[in-house]
Amino acid sequence: MSSVITATAAPAAAPNLPPPADTLLEVRDLRTYFHVMDGTVRAVDGVSYSIKRGQTLGIVGESGCGKSVTALTVMRLLDIPPAEIASGSVWFKGRDLLTYTDEQMRLVRGNEISMIFQEPMTSLNPVYTIGDQISEGVVLHQKLSKKAGLEKAIESLRLVGINNPERRVKQYPHEMSGGMRQRAMIAMALSCDPDLIIADEPTTALDVTIQAQILELIRKVQDETGAALMLITHDLGVVAETVQDVVVMYAGRVVEQGSVDEVLLAPKHPYTEGLIESIPSKGKRGQRLNVIKGTVANPFNLPKGCNFMPRCPYAFDPCPAHDPRIGDASPPDVACWLYTRAPGAGPPPKLRPRVPALEVGPS
Amino acid sequence: MIDTSDQTLPAAGQGVARARSEVLVKVDGLVKYYPIFGGFLRRKMGDVKAVDDVTFTINRGEVFGLVGESGCGKSTLGRTLIRLQPRTAGAATLAGEDIFAKKGKDLKRLRRRMQIIFQDPVGSLNPRMPISDIIGEGLLAQADDENKWGKRDVRDARVGDYLDAVGLRRDYSRRYPHEFSGGQRQRIGIARALALSPEVVICDEPVSALDVSIQSQILNLLLDLRREFDLTYLFIAHNLSVIQYISDSVGVMYLGKLVEVADVDELYSNPRHPYTIALLSAVPEPDPRVRKRRIVLTGDVPSPAAPPSGCRFHTRCWLREQLGRPEVCSTEVPELRVVAGGHNVACHFAESVTPAAAVEAAHIIPTPIASDDAEPIAAIGGLTGEGLEAAEVTEAAEAAQAEVAGTDDAGTDAGTGDRPA
Repeated sequence: MSSVITATAAPAAAPNLPPPADTLLEVRDLRTYFHVMDGTVRAVDGVSYSIKRGQTLGIVGESGCGKSVTALTVMRLLDIPPAEIASGSVWFKGRDLLTYTDEQMRLVRGNEISMIFQEPMTSLNPVYTIGDQISEGVVLHQKLSKKAGLEKAIESLRLVGINNPERRVKQYPHEMSGGMRQRAMIAMALSCDPDLIIADEPTTALDVTIQAQILELIRKVQDETGAALMLITHDLGVVAETVQDVVVMYAGRVVEQGSVDEVLLAPKHPYTEGLIESIPSKGKRGQRLNVIKGTVANPFNLPKGCNFMPRCPYAFDPCPAHDPRIGDASPPDVACWLYTRAPGAGPPPKLRPRVPALEVGPS
Repeated sequence: MIDTSDQTLPAAGQGVARARSEVLVKVDGLVKYYPIFGGFLRRKMGDVKAVDDVTFTINRGEVFGLVGESGCGKSTLGRTLIRLQPRTAGAATLAGEDIFAKKGKDLKRLRRRMQIIFQDPVGSLNPRMPISDIIGEGLLAQADDENKWGKRDVRDARVGDYLDAVGLRRDYSRRYPHEFSGGQRQRIGIARALALSPEVVICDEPVSALDVSIQSQILNLLLDLRREFDLTYLFIAHNLSVIQYISDSVGVMYLGKLVEVADVDELYSNPRHPYTIALLSAVPEPDPRVRKRRIVLTGDVPSPAAPPSGCRFHTRCWLREQLGRPEVCSTEVPELRVVAGGHNVACHFAESVTPAAAVEAAHIIPTPIASDDAEPIAAIGGLTGEGLEAAEVTEAAEAAQAEVAGTDDAGTDAGTGDRPA
């Protein structure tokens, strides 16, 4: 099941060749930095992952860990400067998107890769009708007439379960509720039959019953259209129910990756373990929650060795000085010195195998 | 005191609180309407029925969880209860004293006993005040000859004590809110609320804006403080896992009405209101081994300016569909009534939800996960479990689909009052 994710070695070791043909998207050693007044933020610092055609990948992490910036880099939606793509490559269907001109990129965006944003209110333009906004993409990419574009918009609204789409296309975003707007966003993302859908926190702003509707819908359309899905979220529950593989990010790095089962049931990285243990649930009633101490690393002042070291309950000798990376380690799907020998250090201490109690939630 | 150390402290409230069951807060038929003005001469056109006839009690030392979706009136209820805004009708008492009858000095004394922790740790702290002034502002307002809070040194000492209590350093007191992280700001908000030694604290979504790892730190802190200062919480949240973790009793709200109130274990293991069951089934489960039998509610929450007649949930109710749309749902408002010891439900057909069926519906059905396990999570199938043939189930599902059409449109056509995103 974990075959979707291939640990990519550092680019120095492997020449930058296109990935195998069944890999839809492969991000290799991507580094995105922001140069701002207070210094440089290494928002994405050496991230690699890949998605095969039709597969689903979840990217999990807390706010500021760089999960959205990775997606925006793939879509080339960042302002350069202040952003800088310092290194890396983004292979999509065998071509490196980072070498594309803006013109070429425009043919990819919304057409081959489309994105569903978090805030359905702010991501829709309030002065255009829903129909105009959905058909804009099809008219541009598929060279349809305006009228045919509107037809297509109606069709995609119907696909996402909006009733009376003929009337809806003439409405403005403010005339719809939050759940409906998110459906319209999804319709927009689907209108050009993309090969990859990037959903950035698609349900975070929604209520739990509406979230259930939207997740069901995303699953359904992904199933029907065969598009690959990259789901960015902080909610482990959403991940467990929606995707096959997971990448866990912390402070701009991938700290652990694997199939949903591997990562959620037997987490290896102390951060993943801490995240799972801090979910409040029934089984933990009456006990203190096992929290991750401290706060998320300051992006201007990252620790020298492992970024997670100051918060890690298992930190030992090599952690303050040596920076673990996925790819350095064996097994290669966790960036932690507990699982591999650090340069110049002895073997890692034997820790009891610890499987956090993934208590069944509220019910 | 906030770190990962000492694991097993006495129960989050079970033992301590249950022992004494003195009623501290009693809310009786509380109503809060917001008038809508419009049209020619800006006449009153109607009301947004934010809180409509809500009754419950909170025992001393208990955590009462109030859960519901956005726009259901849970925050309005909290704010009205502590008189941050006038009520429309109804009564409430704090330790037997009428909350709404107080005036002048008495009201001021009452405010000291009821405090609130707000959701947004950024918006609720004045950026131009050092945190010593933010925390001390309530003390200054409540200063009298007895407590001497009017004196700077007395006040500062107390501010320092409460910074300690919430796990912040005393010497941070002259810093400004922007110098703190989100979790620390929430601690400041908590210190501000507690500095007046309140009896009841309204926690209005105190952890919703925080990251998971910070959220658990704040939950631990709130439970520690409750024990230390002998507090009673009205804990408002939309996150069902948080409510389950922290509460002793839970009230579920839908469109301004309390639809179900019960002890936390009873509510989560034996939910009786169809809305509660749907809500519980909608929570995504972080354990990939389990798959829920999910009830996907159709459509959106109707506008509280024009709530549906009869039972407010009837436009989205899956149980009503199963029962063949009985008329009583749309004509008569169901009263909150006792169905079992301490378990109150406002549904005409709560008895049709057999414990077994509800457990099956809201509980998780472990299935071996397989990548090709694309089996759609049954919409309404087999909820009452008794005598429902497969065909009927599909019919019910289709009927529900048809109903979506109606509600969807109705919801948005109501237009103006539609809840914001």
